[in-house]
Amino acid sequence: MSPVMLELLVRSLWETVVMTAASGVISLVFGLPLGLALVATARGGIAENLWINRVLGAVINGFRSVPFIILLVALIPVTRFIVGTSIGTWAAIVPLAIAATPYYARIAEVSLREVDRGLIEAVRAMGGNRWTIVREVLIPEALPGIVAGFTVTLVTLIGASAMAGAIGAGGLGDLAIRYGYQRFETSVMVAVVAVLIVLVCGIQWLGDRLTARLDHRG
Amino acid sequence: MNTHVTSQVAEPAVREDDVVRLADVRRRFGATAALDGVSLTVRRGEFLGIIGRSGAGKSTLIRCLNGLERPDSGSIAIEGREITGLGEAELQPLRRRIGMIFQHFNLLSAKTVEENVALPLKIEGWPKAKRLARAAELIDLVGLKGKAKAYPSELSGGQKQRVGIARALAASPALLLSDEATSALDPETTRAILTLLKDINRKLGLTILLITHEMEVVRSIADRVTVLDAGRIVEEGPVWQVFATPQAQTTKSLLSGIRPQLPAHITQKLVADVTGEAILGVDIAGPAATGPLFQQLSAEFPDGYRLIHGGVDHIQEQAVGRFFIAVPAEAAARFATLAERFGAQVEVLGHVAGHA
Repeated sequence: MSPVMLELLVRSLWETVVMTAASGVISLVFGLPLGLALVATARGGIAENLWINRVLGAVINGFRSVPFIILLVALIPVTRFIVGTSIGTWAAIVPLAIAATPYYARIAEVSLREVDRGLIEAVRAMGGNRWTIVREVLIPEALPGIVAGFTVTLVTLIGASAMAGAIGAGGLGDLAIRYGYQRFETSVMVAVVAVLIVLVCGIQWLGDRLTARLDHRG
Repeated sequence: MNTHVTSQVAEPAVREDDVVRLADVRRRFGATAALDGVSLTVRRGEFLGIIGRSGAGKSTLIRCLNGLERPDSGSIAIEGREITGLGEAELQPLRRRIGMIFQHFNLLSAKTVEENVALPLKIEGWPKAKRLARAAELIDLVGLKGKAKAYPSELSGGQKQRVGIARALAASPALLLSDEATSALDPETTRAILTLLKDINRKLGLTILLITHEMEVVRSIADRVTVLDAGRIVEEGPVWQVFATPQAQTTKSLLSGIRPQLPAHITQKLVADVTGEAILGVDIAGPAATGPLFQQLSAEFPDGYRLIHGGVDHIQEQAVGRFFIAVPAEAAARFATLAERFGAQVEVLGHVAGHA
């Protein structure tokens, strides 16, 4: 592989990492509270409100049903409003984050819902309020699942970021399509796939280790 | 409702000593009445056992006391303060006066032992150093020295419940609620945990209200027992009296496992016809049970009697005797009159043809 190609590969890797990390952090920041809201407002939740629960659920399902490639294009006006442009790596972060947030909200919801209700009851019985329950029970007890779910989300984002090449976002997926596929440069394709495998394995390994360290459920 | 003679419950006046006072508390879930007019008083320092089968309303009752459940009607006063009208925000400080332990311990798995014990204090806003110092005291008190940094998953069931007890005591509550706290433990651990609760009751003078479906638990530690059935109190009184002379059918059946029973092969032979031998159940308790009953019977009952089964138990330092005796059928009434004169209660259970 030529030095030029190698430089291109490194730049694409960086673009993928930036897109994944930025949209991942945004999906965590918005998805976790959303997941909490879903669990809290559900029947028997700590802030039961079925009306809000249904609206939230419907909005999340709506976003999740749209194929990412469509979302990418449909969100162009929003992207332009937020980032100032609809082309490039930073522009791709907007649709990626908007797709990943409801996805992560559902994953977080599952972990939070599995927290033993007895623990919530115990903290209520000792005089804790809702905020105490969130801070001392829901988040810490669901943390292994929250971290494991975040790992899954990051890996999914790496895959989705490949499609962001369609709006000129760059990244490894874009490189593989333009050079490896369209120009028949098999070595580029192989190199990209190898880098992606290492990236995905690395994230998964880190996520698993962190999850295991946080899990004291025995 | 059968109220035993020395029961303190009948007093209607409000007393400062009353930690818990319930009047006609009702709670329905759909068509079933979980609590159907429960009135109950728990005095300061008392150890009250509430027993009933599953579904009798025990859990609903105990959860009403700290406002986790709200009654449909009736009055609940904790240390003289009516709580039924309170909102969630007003209930929160009140709940800190009430510790609670649970069947499944309900310890936070992500927190260490000391963090679990210190949590009620964290909620109360204690600074970290102070609450950890208090947690260390309590961990010591429940016999878990050296386990402060352990996670609950590293502990045995009995140790977990000790952490639960330490946590419930952290905020120095006026009342400790125990919701089937020993039901998930083996018999040996159950005894150790009950001993610990009794110690805490005695040493700290803490009022304890314990619910259970096991008579053995009530027998070994409670001062007073309340029997709940289908949301109603069917019987209450000092434990030894209820054990000696249970009145309600529910009480009798709950007691059947731990009181002497007529052996099954004799029960099968019982007939209503007056023939052969009469089989009598004799209950005697309290001071009467420490007298020379059998010596007196032997002296004054020339027809002769046979002891089939039974024995004397000691509950709350009171002797509680229950015997099954066979006498010639025609002498049964005379035997009963005689035994009753010595303070026993006699019940003719039936007759057996010939020799039992």
